[in-house]
Amino acid sequence: MSRPLRFAVCLLVSAVFVLPLFAMVVVAFTPRELVFDGGASLWPSRFTTANFSNLFASFPVWRWFSNAMIVATLTTALSVAVNLAAGFALAKLQFAGRTFVLVVVLSTLMVPAQAVMIPQFELVARMGLIGLFWAVILPSASTALGVFLARQFFVSVPDELLDAARLDGCGTVATLRYVVLPMAKPLIAVMVLLAFMTQWNDFLWPLITLRDPDLYTLPVALRFLQGQFDADYGGLMAMALLSCVPLLVVFVALQRFFVDGFSRSGIR
Amino acid sequence: MTIEKTALAPGQEAPRQDATPTGKAPRSRLRDNRAAYALLGPNLLLIGLFLLVPLVWSLLMSFQAKRSFGPGEWSGLTNLSRLLSDDVFWRALLNTAIFTVATVPLSVGLGLGLAMLMDKALPGRGVFRTIVYLPIAVSSLVVSLVGLLLFDESVGIVNGVLRDLGVGPVSWQSNGALAMLSVVVMTLWTRVGFGMLVYLAALQDVDKEVLEAATMDGAGGFNRVRHVIVPWLRPTTFFLVVINMIWSFQVFDVVYVMTNGGPGYSTTMLVTYAYDEGFGPSRNFGYGATVGLVLLVITLAITAVQLRVNRRQEA
Repeated sequence: MSRPLRFAVCLLVSAVFVLPLFAMVVVAFTPRELVFDGGASLWPSRFTTANFSNLFASFPVWRWFSNAMIVATLTTALSVAVNLAAGFALAKLQFAGRTFVLVVVLSTLMVPAQAVMIPQFELVARMGLIGLFWAVILPSASTALGVFLARQFFVSVPDELLDAARLDGCGTVATLRYVVLPMAKPLIAVMVLLAFMTQWNDFLWPLITLRDPDLYTLPVALRFLQGQFDADYGGLMAMALLSCVPLLVVFVALQRFFVDGFSRSGIR
Repeated sequence: MTIEKTALAPGQEAPRQDATPTGKAPRSRLRDNRAAYALLGPNLLLIGLFLLVPLVWSLLMSFQAKRSFGPGEWSGLTNLSRLLSDDVFWRALLNTAIFTVATVPLSVGLGLGLAMLMDKALPGRGVFRTIVYLPIAVSSLVVSLVGLLLFDESVGIVNGVLRDLGVGPVSWQSNGALAMLSVVVMTLWTRVGFGMLVYLAALQDVDKEVLEAATMDGAGGFNRVRHVIVPWLRPTTFFLVVINMIWSFQVFDVVYVMTNGGPGYSTTMLVTYAYDEGFGPSRNFGYGATVGLVLLVITLAITAVQLRVNRRQEA
């Protein structure tokens, strides 16, 4: 394919891919009566910020944002900590039952959470966690993918380095603290990004466990607004836009890490 | 090479070299044991409690007549026999299969096509790539609501454009097949970018010398793609097919928000049906868990096929 032709095709493809986001932005700034009268349009005759002010006036938008931040941050911190530790142990430590543990942990890669959501819900309810963020955080923290990423990383770390630390008198904890963690910064960056994004966008499990609008994270809040706004797409798109801007900014800024993380999450 | 394959080969690592071959070895081994269990403990506790316990519980529930909380009553194979004669369940299974067949080849194929298109130097290549990646970072809820905005029958963007062109209105929501199509389109929007991303990473490693040799031997563009690049990318393609199949069988968010399984049952999927049974008005935990187990069995079957194919490729 010649270069101008490739360029033209890329332009067309990009136009198609950006269209849904473009529509979201335009409609978020379209006066509601225009949508009701003539339908949503990509080039409305007037623009307004009323959708945003109505949204903030009628709903606890900041509350939803802070809920999302709290849940995503705590889940990410817990998730990175437990998965990193487990991945390191599975890669670098000898212990009784290692193969068994490895097989168990990695088998859970194959169990879709949706398949067991009903007993999971009853368990969380019986633990008295419904109505608390912990109902979302605790079951989401340990991910087989996180353990897998960490283990892959540590397997490639030479044993000599750890042995040297040990010879210098470091115990396992000191080795972790002074040798392993400083080395694992790129791994931690990838794990943080993936965990945060997954939790920020997660819908089904928070939908099941967070039953109070004051506790909603952003996706559940969007579902709630879908019922509230009905066909008032302006308000709905205003919230949709607000909810995805933070992550889009992070994504574009740290694209390199995301690309690295995603492509490392499975192949080769 | 894929997740499970790499990971399930623990025997590959070099045996641990004890730094001190003298009498110290047993002590350091003991210390390793304790450290290992301490490091693994929190993870195993969370996995055990929130995944393995529900897994076993799911099996038990599927043999119980159980609504909402509280103890269920053993009911033998009642749930299973209801499942086998439940038209809605079979419809959901068929729909899920249709959705999978529609989304997987297109996600992978378009991902490959775009990766080839954007692999070589091109002005603005970074921007083009970023635009195609962007939907990966958009939550499925935003994807679904934007999908509604586009495909709403009365005020939606697509019908508005079609009206300006003198076509329509198209019944995206009241026609079952078109509703399925709208869900598929929005799913592709988020999946193609992922496929392209993974393919681009793999294309980085294509052996340039082999490509040059093929060019020297007179292989044209099409032949280079067919005989060099596509075989090189086979493991990547395989990984993408498997992960997309698993995602498609688990689809929930987009369907739940855009069509809620309708019109009628024409877009009801396995997970939306399990959700409706378990958390809808009937709160039938026993039956919902049984439907969930079907999803588990399908996922395990896909993984088993994957492992077997991988092993054959190794041999």
